[in-house]
Amino acid sequence: MANRIQINKEFIDIMPQDYLDLVDSGTFENPNRGWKDFGTATELIAEHSLCAGCPESIAFRHIMASIPNPEDTVMVGSTGCTSLVFPMIAVHNIHSLFGNQNAIATGLKRALAVRFPDRVKDVIVLAGDGATVDIGLDMTLQSWFRKERFTTICFDNELYANTGGQESGLMQKGFLAKMAPVGKRFEKVRLPEIARESGCDYVAIMTASKPSLVEKVIKQAVLIAREIGPTYVQIYTPCILEIGKQSMEGLQEMRTSEAPGERFKFREFISPEAQSFLDGLAEKKKAEKIAATT
Amino acid sequence: MATQTDSRVPQIGQRNKKGQLVTDPNELFFLSPRTSSFLTGSEVIREAIRRASVDFSVAYPITPQSEASSLVGELYAEGYVGDYMRGESEFAVMGQCAGAAFGGARVFTTTAGPGTLRAFENFPMWAGSRLPIQVVFTVRGINSPLTIQPDTLEIAFMLETGMLLWHAESAQDLFDYMLKGYYVAEQPEVHLPIGVICDGFFVTHTKDMVMMTPEDRTLPHYDPYRSPVVCMDMEVPPVRMMRDPFVMKSNYISYMTHASWQLEIRAAIERSRKHTVPLLDGLIDVENPDAEIMLISSGTAVSQAREAIRLFRARGEKVGLIKIKTLRPFPTEEIRKATEHAKHIFVPEFNVAGWLAREIKSTIDRNHRVVAGPHVAGGMTMPPEIIVEEIEKHMAHRRNKELVHG
Repeated sequence: MANRIQINKEFIDIMPQDYLDLVDSGTFENPNRGWKDFGTATELIAEHSLCAGCPESIAFRHIMASIPNPEDTVMVGSTGCTSLVFPMIAVHNIHSLFGNQNAIATGLKRALAVRFPDRVKDVIVLAGDGATVDIGLDMTLQSWFRKERFTTICFDNELYANTGGQESGLMQKGFLAKMAPVGKRFEKVRLPEIARESGCDYVAIMTASKPSLVEKVIKQAVLIAREIGPTYVQIYTPCILEIGKQSMEGLQEMRTSEAPGERFKFREFISPEAQSFLDGLAEKKKAEKIAATT
Repeated sequence: MATQTDSRVPQIGQRNKKGQLVTDPNELFFLSPRTSSFLTGSEVIREAIRRASVDFSVAYPITPQSEASSLVGELYAEGYVGDYMRGESEFAVMGQCAGAAFGGARVFTTTAGPGTLRAFENFPMWAGSRLPIQVVFTVRGINSPLTIQPDTLEIAFMLETGMLLWHAESAQDLFDYMLKGYYVAEQPEVHLPIGVICDGFFVTHTKDMVMMTPEDRTLPHYDPYRSPVVCMDMEVPPVRMMRDPFVMKSNYISYMTHASWQLEIRAAIERSRKHTVPLLDGLIDVENPDAEIMLISSGTAVSQAREAIRLFRARGEKVGLIKIKTLRPFPTEEIRKATEHAKHIFVPEFNVAGWLAREIKSTIDRNHRVVAGPHVAGGMTMPPEIIVEEIEKHMAHRRNKELVHG
């Protein structure tokens, strides 16, 4: 499967420079790819149409730099701010309806398993909190009950951003928003805990403030989904527009929200099966290192 | 399991893992020896899928398709279907079907009545995404009040989804339309979802003689690279594309792309004609073409209309019949031509709305000739005597009017 990323010579003079750059220096087929490639390689995400300084764009860049084998990864999105970014990423991605992303991913993953039984084909869902927790909750949970082998990433901005800041299930209690005219009356839905109880073998809740942590979590989530069972990653991507922050304040908002005792303090759950799989990977890596040095 | 270049996918002339000979579609449809079997419609669905090289099927219980969709599960257990699962609702089922079709699989599912409406948002998405999924609608009534009985009202909702819609009259039609439907729906210049419709209970739960192709022959596998749109399997990276990019915020572009793509879907439906006409021997069948009174219908109402014609014939009166096989594409020109000389046109339907009569009225000239009826609904049967009575009543009324005003 080596050197799959090529361009037909007949197309070189008509394709945009952006595409040629992807072929030349995109980080496909690089098992050691990660956020440290920023600045030296062509990123799999190009210019996006999100608001200036949107933390969602930061999270998107970190995730696209971290997925372990983009050359065989298909992503599934949903309607919302994320769907403004998907056309600019360099892996196949599907948008179909609002909230059905885990149903789409279920069929997609199974079709790829039927068509390519001897190959790795990763499927990653990336959708907002409205799609994941409100309109799509049924399909989110059912895919976990069935132990479908793909990763679900939720960009949690605690409201409906693309439609203008309405209340969502992941919004904090008491927050004043459109459709919550006297403040939200119930608690933020505890989806990470629900995910654990629903059959996910790996669950993490975090912000996108630390690229190295995003990389570690995303790699673990994708690899565990490939080998063991469903995985869920919930990342705080505050909508700076709707919480009254400036463009340069997104990073600080994430840092504040992940402090000890805050709602996005990093937590992860790893099932015993997933843990022994990760231990095996670590041992293998260690053995390779020793072999390389001796 | 689909690429022509993939050595694991058996090609025409080779055998699949079940020992079935992969057969050229036209040879399978027209030249392979057929034997008769006495089966329920649900069993016919199973037998068609056995011969269709289906990669993925999703099931969900709703009467009257539950038996058929669980029989497809038995095919999976026997190794005839690549993968099979029970979904959690019809909305999710149709999403699961879409995901598999995006990933290059040949997909099959079934639903009916309330399930069709629960799933509804998916159907225009399938068409817009050019996913050649096949769904068999075993049509039944729509709540409320609750009914599980045969009724064709749900078809009215399906007409503008951008899907191909073929309406089987009998179990034989059902078997043929299912196999031929995949062939037409997957043509690169068509590449649209297809709804094969049969009337719940009347077809699914009754036994009928069906002439079937041999059990050990099957359709060639779907080739997802013979498609007007990219298969979402990352076999041709790198890309910056998605399959539904038109919702972006440039209004000038989004208006234009949406409008032109919708027109293209309708054009693709029309382009299916040239593949469908030879396979189904035309989009309509006509009996007694020179009769002044014509009945037009689709589905099992055609069988009832045919019986009504027989009753008239016994009395020495000639009444004609047009059987509509495809509702999308709608056989507009064919019906215009076949009704040119008709003085009275009756449209018997198993629904309260009379959507087929409306379709016909909107496409032929002198449409005052169209009588929308008789109608039955909610599971009532339509004995041919009702059709005869409707025609007689109308004709008597016409004669009285002529006496008074003539």
